[in-house]
Amino acid sequence: MLAEPSTTFDPAAAWRVNTQVSLRDEAFGAMAYHHGTRRLVFLKSPELVELVRSLERYESAHQAIDAVVASSQHDRYKTALSSLATSEIICER
Amino acid sequence: MSANSSLRNRFERGLSAPICLTWELTYACNLACTHCLSSSGRRDPNELSTHEAKSLIDEIASMQIFYINVGGGEPMIRRDFFELIEHAVAQKVGVKFSTNGTRIDRAAARRLAGIDYLDVQISIDGADAATSDRLRGAGSYDAARRAMDHLKNANFGPFKISVVMTRESIEQLDDFEGLASMYGAQLRLTRLRPSGRAVEQWDKLHPTLRQNRDLYQWLLARPTVLTGDSFFHLSALGESLEGLNLCGAGRVVCLIDPVGDVYACPFVIHEEFRAGNVRVAGFSDVWTKSELFRSLRGPGNPGACGSCGSYDACRGGCMAAKFFTGLEPTDPDPECVFGHGETALAAKRVVLRPTSSPDHSRRIPVSLSAR
Repeated sequence: MLAEPSTTFDPAAAWRVNTQVSLRDEAFGAMAYHHGTRRLVFLKSPELVELVRSLERYESAHQAIDAVVASSQHDRYKTALSSLATSEIICER
Repeated sequence: MSANSSLRNRFERGLSAPICLTWELTYACNLACTHCLSSSGRRDPNELSTHEAKSLIDEIASMQIFYINVGGGEPMIRRDFFELIEHAVAQKVGVKFSTNGTRIDRAAARRLAGIDYLDVQISIDGADAATSDRLRGAGSYDAARRAMDHLKNANFGPFKISVVMTRESIEQLDDFEGLASMYGAQLRLTRLRPSGRAVEQWDKLHPTLRQNRDLYQWLLARPTVLTGDSFFHLSALGESLEGLNLCGAGRVVCLIDPVGDVYACPFVIHEEFRAGNVRVAGFSDVWTKSELFRSLRGPGNPGACGSCGSYDACRGGCMAAKFFTGLEPTDPDPECVFGHGETALAAKRVVLRPTSSPDHSRRIPVSLSAR
């Protein structure tokens, strides 16, 4: 678990990577650094990185998950996005 | 920060770029702390020029290194200090810099407060002038406190108070916490390494086993106290402390010194751990191609620690602490919480302690008040 799941993450809303965040690809996935909170967060799969980067192209997080992630994995990735919302790596747009 | 063990294994094999890059801007310093890990004092005539330093920052930005830890020497002594940090933050390379605070007057504090992506760490080594000045020199504590006052008055926000844990300062943990709270500052505690001039101070300054155990409990109860991941050797006591809990040397951290030499970590400024120089073909070339770094990223040899049930927690401890106390890389950490390091040291017939190879210590004592 990257962080405690947020209770405020709304998958029906439109999301994007926070402008305060830099993403750096690594073999395991990516590292995300929030320049405001100074927190470093690890995205532990390339699929999650792809999903996070795709968010801004979809009208909702649901749509992004449908398009990018295999259906058997939807819940897992929804939880991951929720964690990233809590740590402000992604935000609503 | 959180990292499970598979991720930690991944880190031990190295990353595309460091997570944490320390860059000592200059060997010049107006203090002469007895435990200085870079043996600083005199400027090196071969230090990177402003142009070279800016090119290095450009390369750091292109490698997507999120932030740099800037130190020295005293980094604010460089005339181009503000020019360089402003060049870095303009490219979204965050700067965390360590200073003794002597150059932070009202004007400097205001300028610092206006810069985004900037963290300031003011170093003290005691919660009172007498304790701190014993290591850092007469007048240094008051100067640091004046810098803190200026930062507070300039509404800088939560700066950091950075303290090295010695046998004396470790008895003042609650006082440091109180001081930080008074300023709305963050407390940052780091481990004393026997590096640089501290080689000769180690025996009398490093914390005792009991003190380290108390520190571990104190830190466990205060996960917001910053430690730069420096006490992972204490995680053998049980629950892991905050941080990656591994030796990141050449894997996720490294050091660039004022003349552009790249070392495996900030605590091994010694030719044996020099990986290359940024002037030859750039920093990225050193990071990816250095033989030394490649070997550090290979499978480690736990040595004597392999048979201890706690190796997975402490990873055998700090490479630099072993090296400068005369231990082998496969020996336990000299401050192993179970005393195995002390046993290993006692068993050696001859202990050879290396001295830091570049030594920029001043040859005459300095006094802050005489400046």
